[in-house]
Amino acid sequence: MVPLSYYLVLSGFLFACGVAGFLIKRNIITIFMSIELMLNGVNLSFVAFAAHWHALAGQIFVFFVMVVAAAESAVGLAIIIAVYRTRETLNVDQVNLLKL
Amino acid sequence: MTSSLNLWLIPVLPLAGAAINGFLGKKSSRTAVSVIGLFFSGAAFAWALSVVMRVSSDALPYHEYIAHWIRFGSAGLPGSFSSDFALYLDQLSLVMLLIVTGVGFLIHIYSVGYMWDDPSYYRFFAYLNLFKFFMLTLVLANNYLLMFIGWEGVGLASYLLIGFWFTKDSAASAGKKAFIVNRIGDFGFLIALFLIIQHFGSLDFTKVFAQVQPLAAETAGAGLLTAIGILLMVGACGKSAQIPLYVWLPDAMEGPTPVSALIHAATMVTAGVYMVSRSHMIFERAPMALMVVAVIGTLTALFAATIGIVQTDIKKVLAYSTVSQLGYMFMACGVGAFSAGIFHLMTHAFFKGLLFLAAGSVIHAVGGEQDMRKMGGLRSYIPITAATMGIATLAIAGIFPFAGFWSKDEILWKAYQANWVYWFIGLVTAFVTSFYMFRLLFMTFAGDYRGGAHADEHGRGTHGHDHGHGEPHESPMVMLVPLMILAVLSVVGGLVGIGNGFEHFLAPVFGSGEVAGAAGEAASRGTEILLMVVSVTVALLGAMLAYVLYVSKPYLPQKIADGLNGFYTAVLNKYYIDELYAKLFVKPLIDGSTSILWQGVDRKIIDDTVNNAADGARQVSDEVRHMQSGNLRSYAGWIAAGSAVVLAYMIWMGVR
Repeated sequence: MVPLSYYLVLSGFLFACGVAGFLIKRNIITIFMSIELMLNGVNLSFVAFAAHWHALAGQIFVFFVMVVAAAESAVGLAIIIAVYRTRETLNVDQVNLLKL
Repeated sequence: MTSSLNLWLIPVLPLAGAAINGFLGKKSSRTAVSVIGLFFSGAAFAWALSVVMRVSSDALPYHEYIAHWIRFGSAGLPGSFSSDFALYLDQLSLVMLLIVTGVGFLIHIYSVGYMWDDPSYYRFFAYLNLFKFFMLTLVLANNYLLMFIGWEGVGLASYLLIGFWFTKDSAASAGKKAFIVNRIGDFGFLIALFLIIQHFGSLDFTKVFAQVQPLAAETAGAGLLTAIGILLMVGACGKSAQIPLYVWLPDAMEGPTPVSALIHAATMVTAGVYMVSRSHMIFERAPMALMVVAVIGTLTALFAATIGIVQTDIKKVLAYSTVSQLGYMFMACGVGAFSAGIFHLMTHAFFKGLLFLAAGSVIHAVGGEQDMRKMGGLRSYIPITAATMGIATLAIAGIFPFAGFWSKDEILWKAYQANWVYWFIGLVTAFVTSFYMFRLLFMTFAGDYRGGAHADEHGRGTHGHDHGHGEPHESPMVMLVPLMILAVLSVVGGLVGIGNGFEHFLAPVFGSGEVAGAAGEAASRGTEILLMVVSVTVALLGAMLAYVLYVSKPYLPQKIADGLNGFYTAVLNKYYIDELYAKLFVKPLIDGSTSILWQGVDRKIIDDTVNNAADGARQVSDEVRHMQSGNLRSYAGWIAAGSAVVLAYMIWMGVR
């Protein structure tokens, strides 16, 4: 039986990787993948807690997160394609119209 | 008293008239407006008469409760206070009631003729009815607070009516002046009310006076009652145009003449006398306050009368005369002869109302001219006006047996009993009064007509005459009938005073001590008659002097004026009182307001606070907006940093 803390450490590590990637990377696709990484980090902790406390709620949450993440990916990828078509770049530093 | 008198109808009827005319009058015809205005004010008069018929003297004082108004604390306990909409009728308010509704109704009738050509005809009647509502509230109130409502209300109506022709600058500022000067008086009145609340816990006349009655007179020194009395007198000074607050009344002549007659002669300005008489219980126990009243009254009487001598505007003469006669009334109150004061108030309402209405008729006749130097010889053009004005002049001069004779001699007699100085000044005033009134009469009606054919340009602006003005012409009957009725009253109005009849009538209000004292002095009846003879002689002398100066030797006045060079100029300029007030009070106020309140407080503190706050917000924003880089990764960084801070905080504080 693997102790709970192992799962949590791994979950925290995955999440931290996601945050770091999100902050460092410039390519939208990579940033997008970092988001998925963070989500999965969280999912892992959900599942770990669910197993530990013998509560199903955590697993249900994970399904929700996965469904929402799938929907988000679909919309997000569509936006990325649209951005690429208009700007011909995937570098987020060049997609900065939203400033004063 | 089983059946209710329904006193509340009396003030409410004119209010209804005011509301109907005020809200709907603009679109109605003049006839409709007149009918509404006359109906409601006439109905108030009729109802007042019916009250007189139905009420028996032993049922007075009569209380009528209408609705509750201000109540807090449980009744009877200390710290509680209540004041209701409730009316109070006794002999004093009965007299006032009849004067206000009766003379008011006559002046309403007169106004139909006088104001017919005015474009704001409906507005005039709305205001006039509104005034009556407030005046009747003042007179019928059973507590000081409701009285104060009426008091302020008549001030408002007075302001509206003085400034009735508000497009004229002088009228607008005269209205403001009246309002502001009255506020000064009201301030004193209010403080008096606060003192009464604090010490007697009520403002109901009956409750307050019941508590005042057992108190001893403050002969030794000034105390609470003296303070209340003097403060009440300050209020009365404002409303009744006494020194030092009389300055607004002469300016108030900018209003239409019926307004001058109703508000600034017959009714509103006498509110102060009424209020002082109503509070006689307080004044009688405060000799010092009474003395203040007497001195102010006496001085005002003489002072205003002397200014009246040199005025050339027919209405200004009457205005100063009103101030002077009000001084008489206060003199009477001041020597404790309240019933004499009220008696003079009544006769004054008749003859001064008549004088103003007649003056209005004269002004109407000569097409808006008010300068007496451009009149003269009008007797043959407007005989009825001339006759009625002559009667009023005889009445105000105090010639036997006209109304003014009875009331004025009553006052002089009481004043003589109190202190011969009051009597002497009163006598001098009577002489001056007679002189300037006959001067007015002679300048207006005797000699030859000095006005040109077209004196209209100078006129009162909106009193548009579309008919030609070659000749002075008599006024229409609708104006003459009130003149005649008032003339009759000016003749016979004083007769109720014979044998102290009026005094006996008012005795339940003012206490019978006054009457008993007078009865006990049957021995001094000789003195009284002697005084009467003296005052009539003096009045006749004044009239004769006026005749000599203005009819037989019209070149003399100029000579005398030249002889008295400096003094004449001073009197002509009303003793420079207006200028003095302007220097002493108005200018410092304006300067202070400009430099401290406007430039200092308003611009430096208030405006700058707001502007600096706005500037500061902008500067901070200028710095902060750089956060909005549009760079996705920097946003993400901020979010991550923010979450980190929140997390750190939660860990640090141990929040779970």
